[in-house]
Amino acid sequence: MYSKKLARLAFGLLAESTLKCPLTRSVSSRVNAVRTPCSWTVCLHHRQKNPLSEGLTRLNVRTVSQTTLDPAEVRKFQAMASKWWDLQGEFAALHSMNDLRVPFIRDNLLNVHGIRQLGKPLAGLRILDVGCGGGVLSEPLGRLGADVRGIDPVEDSVQTAELHSSYDPDLRERVRYQACTLEELAEEELEGFHAVVASEVMEHLADLDAFASCCQQVLKPGGSLFITTINKTNLSYVFGIVAAEQLLRIVPSGTHDWEKFVSPEDLERLLESFGFYVEAIRGMMYNPLTGAWSWQQSTAINYALHAIKRKEEPQPGQVWAESENLDEPGRATNYS
Amino acid sequence: MFTFAKAKLAAVLGIGRQCVALRALNGAQAVRRGFASSERDEEPSTSENELFDIIISGGGMVGTAMACSLGLEPNLAGKKILLLEAGHKKEMNRVPETYSTRVSSISPGSAMLLSGTDLCSFLNFLSVWDACSDALITFDKENLQDEMAYIVENDVIVAALTKQLQTLSDHVEVQYRTKVVKYTWPHPYHVSESIPWVQVTLANGKTLHTKLLIGADGPNSMVRREAGIPTVKWNYDQSAVVAVLHLSEPTENNVAWQRFLPTGPIAMLPLSDTESSLVWSTSHQHAEELLQLDEESFVDAINSAFWSNENHSELVETAGSLFRTALSVLMPDSGSARQLPPSVAGIGPKSRVMFPLGMGHATEYIRHRVAIIGDAAHRVHPLAGQGANLGFGDVAYLTKVLSQAAFNGKDLGAMQHLLEFETERQRHNLPMMAAVDLMKRLYSTNAAPMVLLRTFGLQATNTLPPLKEQIMAYASK
Repeated sequence: MYSKKLARLAFGLLAESTLKCPLTRSVSSRVNAVRTPCSWTVCLHHRQKNPLSEGLTRLNVRTVSQTTLDPAEVRKFQAMASKWWDLQGEFAALHSMNDLRVPFIRDNLLNVHGIRQLGKPLAGLRILDVGCGGGVLSEPLGRLGADVRGIDPVEDSVQTAELHSSYDPDLRERVRYQACTLEELAEEELEGFHAVVASEVMEHLADLDAFASCCQQVLKPGGSLFITTINKTNLSYVFGIVAAEQLLRIVPSGTHDWEKFVSPEDLERLLESFGFYVEAIRGMMYNPLTGAWSWQQSTAINYALHAIKRKEEPQPGQVWAESENLDEPGRATNYS
Repeated sequence: MFTFAKAKLAAVLGIGRQCVALRALNGAQAVRRGFASSERDEEPSTSENELFDIIISGGGMVGTAMACSLGLEPNLAGKKILLLEAGHKKEMNRVPETYSTRVSSISPGSAMLLSGTDLCSFLNFLSVWDACSDALITFDKENLQDEMAYIVENDVIVAALTKQLQTLSDHVEVQYRTKVVKYTWPHPYHVSESIPWVQVTLANGKTLHTKLLIGADGPNSMVRREAGIPTVKWNYDQSAVVAVLHLSEPTENNVAWQRFLPTGPIAMLPLSDTESSLVWSTSHQHAEELLQLDEESFVDAINSAFWSNENHSELVETAGSLFRTALSVLMPDSGSARQLPPSVAGIGPKSRVMFPLGMGHATEYIRHRVAIIGDAAHRVHPLAGQGANLGFGDVAYLTKVLSQAAFNGKDLGAMQHLLEFETERQRHNLPMMAAVDLMKRLYSTNAAPMVLLRTFGLQATNTLPPLKEQIMAYASK
């Protein structure tokens, strides 16, 4: 098992250094996860093939098959669905990550929107929590006053989340869950959200392009995208996979696949190509002894990223209004 | 005359200045009409199982201060807070003419929490000396603008806080004459089909639910008992007799005096130019005798306790004076001039009461969705005047912790931040309690070696300003 992993690691490193090609990933996990020039060409082919529709040139959404969904990942989380709220259990590190990610989301949103209401700083903001799981992140955001929609493809997780929040009348009103994928939601909720949160989700997706484009669709112009995920480095292999899964059992073995990790540079490039500009990237670190997370300079293992969807550019002859009216019906960004 | 100490400290808790009338020094009283509301039995117009964010059980000084502090905290705006008190509402339309007997010494740290309350007097000096020797220590503030402590009647504090609560009535509710008969604790982990909140069953049959229960119900705390929190406690075989004393002549009364007798310390705390408060800790039997005495004999007993030298032994006197000479050679400028305590002429009418003394400390201050503060968590001997201050310190820190938790969107009853509260407060309270208990034991004996030890210790400490400053700084927090 290790030898296969090492081999993949070696190939991966080799590929990284020799090919110097930007992101793209093979679609299914069944395919050998080594990046080769072929997969790059395939995706490029897809890109050029899709016709322009509603001004979205770089769409790779196939509404028939759910491209961000990876069946193997769904099965993994299905098995753990009842354990979300066991604070000493498998998801303990996610619970304690709230100490970093909730202030990160809250403070960045407050920077953009200002304090709405004392005691409910995020009141009036609609937030989408992609891959909400048992609602670990959705609940604190709901308590801060936001209107949260949590989605997750694993139905059992959504049921656990609904049950847990059902006792608190505060949360019942503000946090709603739905068992669906991002693509399904993107069809209904075009530009409906002030912020999208995808925390610890990128490393479980099948197709990042589809994900980025769906995020772009559901966000209002000027809306925020928050991502926390794991970097693809040697250090993240050692700490994120070997130490965390095998040695210390911080997460169950097999939770993460190193090949699916994405580096902040790649992610930034991906998002920029979909009409976002990356506003902040910060490194995070988990201390297994104290069970606490902390911010740090290096993004070598875990990192958090905040990106903002660009508002439309002014048309010639149109007066440029420098207002932050997020409720304007937006036209999609048009890059030629 | 001494002026009122206006708190120069930032107001964490701005209690309405209009609440309690000023007690002016020159006798004139500014009478202000406050709320003339009669006591209403609040009819809860809520459903059977109403869910509160925080319920505080116990409306004494510390419980009411907690309710005020939470109500004024901006990050907790919109949370539903309830204070349950078994007694009557304590209102004060104007300050009564006579002082009441129960007073507390409020440190500057607590004063910061309560700032805005009109205070009755301030303390500039604290003089402590031994009955068995001539050893004396005075704590004084070089810079007389900072006060060491404030002596305030407990009733005044509660009334001021109650007035403040009335201005917060939109999200802080108070129910008086409400007794709790039962608490039901939630499972620490999520079990489906069971309610994850604390259930509080009242004597009138109603059941309330809360996400966090704060127990401020005194040394015999029901919350602590029902939660099964083990407590380390013991009774001192002592009771404290409190009374209001009239001094023989008006004086610049800004010194608190405490003398350690073998039976226990006797203390005089200044209230005004002509009145002081007495706290005499002594054996149960002696305390009962003191209550039975007529006024003149009682006054004589107080004066002789402060002035007589019958407990001095020759050995100790000689040793003490030799040590003092040695110290004055080493440190010639230290050691303050000896002031004399005022003598007592009479006592306030119907003002003598006694209450038993003990020490208690809860080993845990928190459980899942529960926290205990004030005397429910820790109970000390009054000899250092710290009991109320430890409670107010709990209030300040718990408010800070809950405010931060709410700003991070956390469930208020979660253990993580409650643990932070417990750790920090235990770290502060335990050394203080240990020191007070040690002092009490040290001064409870007549035996020559202990007397020599404490004589030397007290005299040495008196000549070391840095050490005294450290002690004052710790007690002022």
